[in-house]
Amino acid sequence: MTTTKSNPLRGAPGTAFARLRGVPDPSAIPDRDPSRRRLRLRNRSRLTPWLYSGAALLLLITFTYIPVANMIGYSFTNWDGLSRDREFVGLDNYIKVFTDPRYWQVFLVSLYYFVASFVQIAIALYFATILSFNVRFKNFFKGVLFFPYLLNGVAVGFVFLYLFQPGGTLDTVLGILGVQDPPHWLGDPNIANYSLASTSVWRFTGLTFVLFLGAIQSIPGELYEAAEIDGANRWQQFRFIIAPGIKRIISLSFILAISGSLSVFEIPFVMTNGANGTSTFVIKTIQTAFNFQRVGLASAMAVVLLAIVLIVTWIQRRIVPDEDVNLS
Amino acid sequence: MKRSLAVSGKYVTLVVATFVVLVPLVVVLFASFKTTGEYGATGPLQPPSNWLNFENFVDAFTSGRMALGFWNTGFILLFSIIGTILIGTMTAYALDRFDFRGKRLVFFLFLAATLVPGVTTQVATFQIVKGLGLVNTPWSAIILYMGTDIISIYIFVQFMQSIPKSLDEAALVDGASRFTIYRKIILPLLAPAIATVVIIKGIGIYNEFYVPFLYMPSRDLSVISTALFNFKGPYGAHWETIAAGTMIVIIPTVIVFLALQRWIYNGVTAGATK
Repeated sequence: MTTTKSNPLRGAPGTAFARLRGVPDPSAIPDRDPSRRRLRLRNRSRLTPWLYSGAALLLLITFTYIPVANMIGYSFTNWDGLSRDREFVGLDNYIKVFTDPRYWQVFLVSLYYFVASFVQIAIALYFATILSFNVRFKNFFKGVLFFPYLLNGVAVGFVFLYLFQPGGTLDTVLGILGVQDPPHWLGDPNIANYSLASTSVWRFTGLTFVLFLGAIQSIPGELYEAAEIDGANRWQQFRFIIAPGIKRIISLSFILAISGSLSVFEIPFVMTNGANGTSTFVIKTIQTAFNFQRVGLASAMAVVLLAIVLIVTWIQRRIVPDEDVNLS
Repeated sequence: MKRSLAVSGKYVTLVVATFVVLVPLVVVLFASFKTTGEYGATGPLQPPSNWLNFENFVDAFTSGRMALGFWNTGFILLFSIIGTILIGTMTAYALDRFDFRGKRLVFFLFLAATLVPGVTTQVATFQIVKGLGLVNTPWSAIILYMGTDIISIYIFVQFMQSIPKSLDEAALVDGASRFTIYRKIILPLLAPAIATVVIIKGIGIYNEFYVPFLYMPSRDLSVISTALFNFKGPYGAHWETIAAGTMIVIIPTVIVFLALQRWIYNGVTAGATK
C-alpha cells in the first residue's frame, strides 16, 4: 500500500539518501529548528488527501449532516420557515404526529406499498429464475421486464392515470373479459391505494429483477450441472442453489422495500395529489412544510421517518450481517 | 408431458408479463396520434386511423414548452455529471491511494449518509439552499445532485481497488506529482467506471421530479419532469395532448435503452447494490 509517510520520495529532500546511508531520519527526531521549506512540504503532503476529498466532504456535510442536525433542532420549535423568531415547544410536534390521525394515518398508507413490495420481490424472483436458464428471446423478455424502471416517474403517473380512468384501458380490457361494473380505480378511497401500489409494482419490479438476475448469474454454473446429474429438478435447484446463493440480495431488497415504501412520493403525487386517502409521508411532509408553513411540525415528521429507517436498517444488520463491506 | 406443460407455462407467464408491461404504454402511444374527435369516439385499445398525425406532438412540444424542458434538463445534466465525476474520482483517489489520519472517519461519514434517505431531510435542506440564494436557479439542482451522490464515490473506490498501485509508485519514482498521477493514470483507467456513473446518474437526473419541483418552481426553469407535470392543469381533459407529451418524454429513454442495454444493466446493478 502506498502511503505518504512510507514513501521516502515525498518527504523533505535528502531524507531518502540519509536513510539509505543509515543516517537516522531527521524527520523522525523532534525538529528543533525546521527550515520553512521543509515544513511547508510536509504539511502539503499531509494536506493532499484533504484537498482531493474536500469538495465531496463539504457537500456531504452541507447537504446531509447539517440538514439532519437542523431538522432535529427545528422539530422542537414552532418555526414557520420564514419569520425570524421561533419558539421552543418541546415535544409538542412529536405528540401531534403520533396522536393526530391526519398525520399518523400516512403510516398506514405506507403499508400498502410495503405489502406491494413483497409481490414485487416474488415476481422479480420468479422471472429472474426462469430467465437465468435457457429461454427463447431471453434478451427481449429481460429488456421488457426491466424497461419500466428507466421511465420518468411523471410519465409513468400519466400512463397509469390514463389506464385507470373510468372507461379507460383497464375498464375496456375487463369489459372484454366480461367484467361489467368496474370500480373507480382512483376515485374510490377503498381501492385507490391498491391501484397506486400496483403502479409502483409495475414501475419497480424491473430493478429488483435485474438485481436478482445479476446475483443468480454469479453462482457458478457447475453447481447446476452437478445438481442435474444428481437428478435435482428445477424447484430443488431453486430451493437449494439459487435461494441460498442470493440470500444477501434478497435481504437487501426487503430493506429497500421498507425505506422505499416509507418514502413514496411521485406516483401518488402525480396521480391523485394525495386525495382519497392516498397521501403518503413525503406528500404530507411537503404540504405541511411548504403549503402550510409549519416547518417545525414537518421536521418532526421527517425525524420520525428517519428514525424508522435507521431502526429498520439496524435490525437488518443484526439479523443478516453484511459479510463484505470492503471499503477500507 | 409434465415437462412440456412446465415449459409452456413458463412462456405463458412471460407473454402475460410482456403484455402487462407494454399495453399501458402502447395505448398511450395510440392516444397520442388520435385527433380530438377520434379520441372521443374510439376505445383506448383501438389504434389510431392515421399514424402520421403529429399534431398532438407539435401542440404538446410548443405549448408545453418542452424544448425549454429539454434545454434545462440538458444544462443541469451536463454540469452535475461533470461535477460528480470530478468530485467522485478525486475523493476515491484520496480514499484509496492515501493513508491519512481521519480516513476512517471520512469513510464512516460517507457510509452513514447512505442511511439517510434524501426525501427525509428536504425540509431542512431547503432552508440551506435558500440561505445560499440558490432557490429558483438551476444551480440548486446541480449542487444537490453533486452533493448527494455517494453511490458514484463507491463505484469509483471499488473500481480503483482493481487498478494496481504499482502504477502510481512507478510514476512517483519517475517524478510525477500526485496530480499528474490522478490526471494521467487514474482518470483514464477509470473510464469504464465513469461510463457507468454517467449512465446511472444521467437516467436518474433525467427522471428526477422531486428536486426540480421543490427548488425550481419558476416556469422558465422547468425540466422535462416538471414540464410534463404542468400538463396536468390546463390539459386536464385533452388526453391526446397529454399522451403526446408523455411520449415525448419516454422516447429518448427508449432510444438510450436500446442503444446502451448492456451498459445500463451493469450500471444499475453496480449502483443499486452498493
